[in-house]
Amino acid sequence: MAAAESYPEELRYHEEHDWARIEGDEALLGITWFAADSLGELVHFEPPEAGSSVTKDQSYGEVESVKAVSDVIAPLSGEVLEVNRQVVDAPETVNEEPYGNGWLVRIRLTDPGEADALLDASAYRQLLASQ
Amino acid sequence: MPTPETLQHTPLHDRHVALGARMVPFAGWEMPVQYGGVIPEHRAVRTDAGVFDVSHMGELEVEGPHARELLQAALSNDLDRLATGEAQYTLLTNEAAGIIDDLIVYRTGEHAYLLVVNASNRGPAYDWLKDREIRGSDVRDVSEDCALLAVQGPRALERLGLAPAKPFTFGESSIDGVEVMVNRTGYTGEEGCELLCMSEDAARLWDAVLERGVVPCGLGARDTLRLEVCYPLHGNDIGPETDAISAGLGWACALDKEFEGVDVLRRVKADGPESRLVAFVMEDKAIPRHGMPIEGGGEVTSGSHSPMLEIGIGMGYVPAAQAKPGTELTIDVRGRPRRARVVKKPIYKRED
Repeated sequence: MAAAESYPEELRYHEEHDWARIEGDEALLGITWFAADSLGELVHFEPPEAGSSVTKDQSYGEVESVKAVSDVIAPLSGEVLEVNRQVVDAPETVNEEPYGNGWLVRIRLTDPGEADALLDASAYRQLLASQ
Repeated sequence: MPTPETLQHTPLHDRHVALGARMVPFAGWEMPVQYGGVIPEHRAVRTDAGVFDVSHMGELEVEGPHARELLQAALSNDLDRLATGEAQYTLLTNEAAGIIDDLIVYRTGEHAYLLVVNASNRGPAYDWLKDREIRGSDVRDVSEDCALLAVQGPRALERLGLAPAKPFTFGESSIDGVEVMVNRTGYTGEEGCELLCMSEDAARLWDAVLERGVVPCGLGARDTLRLEVCYPLHGNDIGPETDAISAGLGWACALDKEFEGVDVLRRVKADGPESRLVAFVMEDKAIPRHGMPIEGGGEVTSGSHSPMLEIGIGMGYVPAAQAKPGTELTIDVRGRPRRARVVKKPIYKRED
């Protein structure tokens, strides 16, 4: 079952509909409920390789539904520590739990200060409302 | 591209919006691409029954004592094999054997035929036939008067209370008081029918079908269903630049009769086509998409995720030497080489 719309307060958001859960010098990255809902049920996640680096505002992977392909944009820069194999094997996990088991990658931050430029949940909700 | 304001609406547009469908532009029409989701809709058709509004498709009537003569010279299949009450898949071809449209022709009377054509080819098909009208034949575009619902799936006829009948036959019936032409045809590889009714009755018919537990399905599922069973999509897999033999549609061409482009088809058949439209499944985790290059000089013409097989599947033209089932292909998926394997059509077949 697809999740109900939500944007948790504890996350930081990128305007390209990506989120970051920052914990110390690491972060989990994923796509927002809005992104997952717009695409429809995900059927493929093309992940980056563990050990590769991701750059804020740039694509680090692709997600695909039956009808569409979308780049996944990194909200923060870092090194990929782990790819979520559960999403590689069962991409629909992203629709079911976009902020829980549907995370995409875990990274070590190379520039934690970048987080200051991200949106909080209410600013992201405002962005969605204005679109 | 037409702006949203100029997109045409089928008589069921309000119904789709009320059901929360995601509406998209398609061939000049605003059409539902999905209601609940492509995958559940697809599975409903494979396991039970789904209904598609395909009222955007065109209907041409060709009538008169010389209607047969006109159509026999324009269409690839042999019209003489068709009795009243029967239908046939056929191609409208040009002088070079290019495919102007693929369509189903219904023989509605001794001297009367109905052609159901693709939405995007309604104009070209009508113009082509109108230009070739002969005395004693009359071509009319009656699309505006008609609505068409495809009710497809193993339980489609049962849910509608219709008796089973042979594929490619049709008859008159009535569903909740709506007069319909029931055609045992479809584009999903499942049993079922296509219901043709007057535009003003469309909403009543749609409601009656949904009340019988049939799941509303959008163009997204229609595309994945037809791809699993390798029905070509005009504009993707076939078109004015491709011929029927290379596309694997030789079975719909009566090469022993005369029609536009038949000489070209006879030659292609005798020499063997240079490239062939093949079906393939992905061996690597990837989803092929329309336009992706295939190593060795081919191209993907249709590609998607298969909801039944849960892998990437597609069709594409490859050099004839690469067309045999079992041949490994390499597809360029946005710069990444991904392995695929040619398979026999159809890609998906129900296990009985």
